Amino acid sequence: MTTQSNATTSRPGGATAPEAGPTSTGSKATRALGILALAAVALLVLLGLWWTPADVIQNESVRILYVHVPAATLAYLGCFLTSLGSLMYLWKKSRWWELVGYAAAEIAAIFTAVTLVTGMLWGRPTWGVFWVWDARLTSTAMLMLLLLGYLAVRRLPADYHVRAQRASIIGLLLVPNVIIVRQSVQWWRTLHQEASLFADGPGATIEGIMLFTLVFGFVTFQLIFAWLLVHRFRLAWLEEQVAGQGLTAAIAERRAEGRSASGAAPAPIAPPPAVPSELVHRASTTGPEVAS
Amino acid sequence: MWHDAMLVAGKDLRLEVRSRVALNQIVPFALLVLVLFAFALDPDRGLLERATPGLYWVAVLFSGLLALQRAFTVEAADGNRDALRLSGLDPAGIFLGKAMAVGVQLLVLEVLLGIGVAVLYTTQFAGWPLLLATVGVATVGIAAAGTLYGVLAAGLRVRETLLPLLLLPVLAPVLIGSTRAFEAALAGAPAEGWPWVGLLAVFAVLYILAGVLGFGPLLEES
Repeated sequence: MTTQSNATTSRPGGATAPEAGPTSTGSKATRALGILALAAVALLVLLGLWWTPADVIQNESVRILYVHVPAATLAYLGCFLTSLGSLMYLWKKSRWWELVGYAAAEIAAIFTAVTLVTGMLWGRPTWGVFWVWDARLTSTAMLMLLLLGYLAVRRLPADYHVRAQRASIIGLLLVPNVIIVRQSVQWWRTLHQEASLFADGPGATIEGIMLFTLVFGFVTFQLIFAWLLVHRFRLAWLEEQVAGQGLTAAIAERRAEGRSASGAAPAPIAPPPAVPSELVHRASTTGPEVAS
Repeated sequence: MWHDAMLVAGKDLRLEVRSRVALNQIVPFALLVLVLFAFALDPDRGLLERATPGLYWVAVLFSGLLALQRAFTVEAADGNRDALRLSGLDPAGIFLGKAMAVGVQLLVLEVLLGIGVAVLYTTQFAGWPLLLATVGVATVGIAAAGTLYGVLAAGLRVRETLLPLLLLPVLAPVLIGSTRAFEAALAGAPAEGWPWVGLLAVFAVLYILAGVLGFGPLLEES
């Protein structure tokens, strides 16, 4: 994959589909990855629901942790990728990285939601309440809100550069914000209560098939994460490509109109980089969707 | 940079002094929030007095949000954004200037809200050094983060709804830190409050740096 620098507009709608480009986000490799992920999910279901014993303290509810802990870890990985992608966009103007960051942020938001929901379902039988103002819970909820803010900006109906630039600043600040929020919440709670409620959670005395299931849960969720990331990235890439192509075609038409008097050949529609990116960008900023 | 910052801050503050929007709308709103808290929490049970630090800082955040919206609304009209971009002022200076103007307005709001809670909630203030230090660093942090996120949302049709969504989660540590520091000061245990002032200072420095570095590209691109 390359980082072409042709600019795009806000909406993919109204443009013709790329003629030579791929028409699906799947490939042999991703299909194999998808089948592998499905098989792993099936195995994880069997392991988590039937083959592992119930926990001595937490009873059956321990099974939620085989989903909860991997989802939480990969949500953090997604945030890290978002910050990295944003940094690379701001630093190198790499659209490839920017789209990776965007795709990772969406997946991270889903995994954070999964983490929160499974955490609440686990908390209800274990602590008797859905929610406690524990440092981890609170900072995870704040992380969810920060991710939603990033996605809100990234999905604004505006020029690609405006969206990408603004979202990247938020994305870059995502990890520092999470660290500060986490630190402050941790201080806040430890001033009030002592031991963390997670003391009897995973890692305390987990072994045998339960440990294997947890590790296998990590593997499964990594496969799902990778599959989702590849597809979401390709979809975002195609979206931008289509939008750019529609604009390029329109500009080519205008230029052909202008040049028809002097007898120049009209610019071909298919290859997007035919027009200088500066011109595309300037034209796109005068579109109706662009702010202020 | 500092000269440009002073110019921009002076311009914004002159605008506020002359238009009196902050005085006529934002200050009454801040006092209204205090009254609404009294309606929500029965004043007779002493809840208000005990909850003063939290209520005070929530009121500061909400009314500060209005001041921030206003700071970027004045740039939206008549292509002011382009004018700022073309003015040749240092973007870092523009950021610092706007943040300073917001900070000054926040300080005025904070003083008025302080008088408000003292009168309405019968709060006895104590531990002045800690209180003043908290107000100082928290104001710098809110102004810096608010200005950075304000310019992120500025110029978009959805800015009124976008800014709170972006800014309030980011300011959560400021709310926690300043509330705990106030609680410590009012409870007569300032030693517990100083670490929070440190956290607030780290937050303020981080956002001043992010703003100084990030404001230029943001102003250029959009």
